[in-house]
Amino acid sequence: MPVNETFATYSDWLYRSALGVYFFAILLYGVEQAFSRAPRKAEALVGAGGPDILADAPKSELTRAERIGRMGAAMTVLGAVLHLGSLVMRGLSAGRAPWGNMYEYMSLLCLAAVVTWIVLMAKFPIRRLGVFVLTPILVLLFIGGTVLYAESAPVQPALRSYWLVIHVSVISISSGVLLIPGVTSILYLLKDGNSDRFPKLPSADVLDRMSYRTTVLAFPLFTAGIILGAIWAEAAWGRFWGWDPKETVAFVSWVVYAAYLHARATAGWRGRGAAWINIAGFALNVFNLFFINLVTSGLHSYAGL
Amino acid sequence: MIAFLRNTWRGLTSMRTALTLLFLLALAAMPGALLPQLSLNAAKVDEYVAQRGWWGQLLLKLGFFEVYATPWFAAIYLLLFTSLVGCLLPRTWEYFKQMRAKPVLTPRNLSRMPHHAQAELDITPDEAVAKAQKAMRGWRMETGEGTVSAERGFLRETGNLVFHFALLGLLVSFALGKMFNYEGQVIVQADGGQFCNGGIFNYDQFRPGLRVDGTDLTPFCVEIGKFSAEYLDNGQPVGFKADIRYQSGDDLASNTWRPYALQVNHPLRTEGDRVYLLGHGYTPTFTVTFPNGEKRTQGIQWLPTDQLTLASEGATKFDPPGITDSETRRKNQIAVTGLLAPTPLLHGNILNSKFPALNDPMVAVDVYRGDLGVDDGRGQSIFSIDQKMVDQGRLQKVARKNLALGEEIALDDGTKVRFDAVNDWVSLQVSHDPTQGYVLAFAILIILGLGVSLTVKRRRVWVRATRLEDGRTLVEVGGLARTDQAGYGEEFTRLARAVLNEEKS
Repeated sequence: MPVNETFATYSDWLYRSALGVYFFAILLYGVEQAFSRAPRKAEALVGAGGPDILADAPKSELTRAERIGRMGAAMTVLGAVLHLGSLVMRGLSAGRAPWGNMYEYMSLLCLAAVVTWIVLMAKFPIRRLGVFVLTPILVLLFIGGTVLYAESAPVQPALRSYWLVIHVSVISISSGVLLIPGVTSILYLLKDGNSDRFPKLPSADVLDRMSYRTTVLAFPLFTAGIILGAIWAEAAWGRFWGWDPKETVAFVSWVVYAAYLHARATAGWRGRGAAWINIAGFALNVFNLFFINLVTSGLHSYAGL
Repeated sequence: MIAFLRNTWRGLTSMRTALTLLFLLALAAMPGALLPQLSLNAAKVDEYVAQRGWWGQLLLKLGFFEVYATPWFAAIYLLLFTSLVGCLLPRTWEYFKQMRAKPVLTPRNLSRMPHHAQAELDITPDEAVAKAQKAMRGWRMETGEGTVSAERGFLRETGNLVFHFALLGLLVSFALGKMFNYEGQVIVQADGGQFCNGGIFNYDQFRPGLRVDGTDLTPFCVEIGKFSAEYLDNGQPVGFKADIRYQSGDDLASNTWRPYALQVNHPLRTEGDRVYLLGHGYTPTFTVTFPNGEKRTQGIQWLPTDQLTLASEGATKFDPPGITDSETRRKNQIAVTGLLAPTPLLHGNILNSKFPALNDPMVAVDVYRGDLGVDDGRGQSIFSIDQKMVDQGRLQKVARKNLALGEEIALDDGTKVRFDAVNDWVSLQVSHDPTQGYVLAFAILIILGLGVSLTVKRRRVWVRATRLEDGRTLVEVGGLARTDQAGYGEEFTRLARAVLNEEKS
């Protein structure tokens, strides 16, 4: 199928716009983070208790910093819409699911992370963390859009399968969702042990709960993604599991996330230990994305660039 | 002694040990992704070991190039699964006990619960209890004197147990599969080449499971018809297809052939075996006319050395006809080696390929004459000549030329080598794994169990209605989420609101 150049151009244009808007959102979040006062003790406790704090805060009390933060959140949503548009245009231009190479895969992954973030912002009083969450996403998108950029094109015969639509999207989306607990776990480590440190961060308890709830959401999805990959591998490569480097690292990071879930229920591992494990899990996903795709060669390498 | 065993068992089945074993498993699996593995690419392992000297030898001895077959890797996952069994057995016992158990009695002081609400209402305690019962329909409930205790979310533990047992089932199926599976690769010429799954010698490469000796392969035959490939202008392939015929099962006796379009991602599945189209390449055909006028025609697959342009290299070997003396025959063997370009690109005389499809293909050949060394008992590659024979001067290069289809090259002794045709070959893989259906079933259970156990929450609610001196009723509601508190707050608020109002149910 020939590539539709018009749609491909629109897609690139939307991608760049999304990047710009995300960057603007980071600035706004940053302003809020920098210029807002730390919440008073009482407020922090309410925040730890439940998600109601934002809804209950009377609108008239919004400070300038908070208004800027809300603009940042709105910009994030706008960026996500542009980002989604870029993927849709990519798909229309190439006439296939828009996750057939590393650039597109990372774009979908980042979109999943951004959407997760938007949902979390609605549930937890954590908007100001946007600067920490969106920055790694923007870095990934930037690398994807420059070093790893690939023209809109058809894919190889091995990738011409409806399993590309299912397996790759599920893996990419679950990895994207897992980016969030990776970041909040790092923040947890900064905050934990001393609630006076980094007073502008939410309490360690809120960060821990956010990490857990997003991981719990993504883990079954990630599991399903690996299993769907195994089903595809059976049809494409003649075996459902062959310890291909990509499979192996996915397995390892699955084991690490399983360890995270167990650690949260084990005395002595709760809290800091669990947070470290979650970070390790995300680090492995990043390693799997970059190192295994770009350095080692395996059956997944055709996904290459 | 018994105490020691008991302590060992307790230690092994503790969560802390399980966690450690999970880390060990993750750590032990990593080298398999970072180092070349024998099962994936043996040549790369040899190269790696050779480059590293004693260090490579040490890694080789310790099994780092076949991580998933080593005793240390097996030890970790066997310990992990023993630990899992030890954890699951008491939990299953507990689970069945709890299924029949009644919700725990209402605690005396409900205000100590993580979730608590209360109100004084103008209703009787019995009405309050009735209202609580109505609000908690679907919960497991126990009503006492002015109290209701309710519990919900047993599916969490169900899902959790299903997940872990399915994990065990998956490992066992996987292990059984490794006993009884086999996998073989073979190159078959298109346009009429046949392959029958009769024995391991029909394969170019065969990997049997631990309990497979190759005498009991599933009988079936395939015949490769036309192979077709479609490419984009830049040479990127779009699709490969081999039209094949096959017979298996009863069709073998009745000699019935059934057609199938073999494609990437669309293996042939028959009688529990699968046939995959792995790759393809070209087979040039040469005719050698010997000085005595006799002709020999040979076509054997050449190996693609450039996957993008399918430039291929190989060696087509000929025995001189009509010579009974083996000494003389061996001095006059002929090999046609060189490069095949499906779509030629010439820089002066240097031939290369610019496109993978056949468009007036050309070969750049070196013709060797002499002793090919094929009779000395050692196997040699079908894609090349034995360089040692060349180095020893027993095999000599006698001509070099670029040939288009139909062109020929004449040797000094009057022998002529003609480039006749190019055909396709396909490489097939046959796989057999009797347990993969079970693996899939357990994998599905894993996802279901995981989904249920991570979304359902086990939680309790208690209601106590006490008549106050002024005739009003104090209704207290307490709630506790047994596993994790997240998300329980909203539900509790809703329940408390339904119980703590003046309406009479």
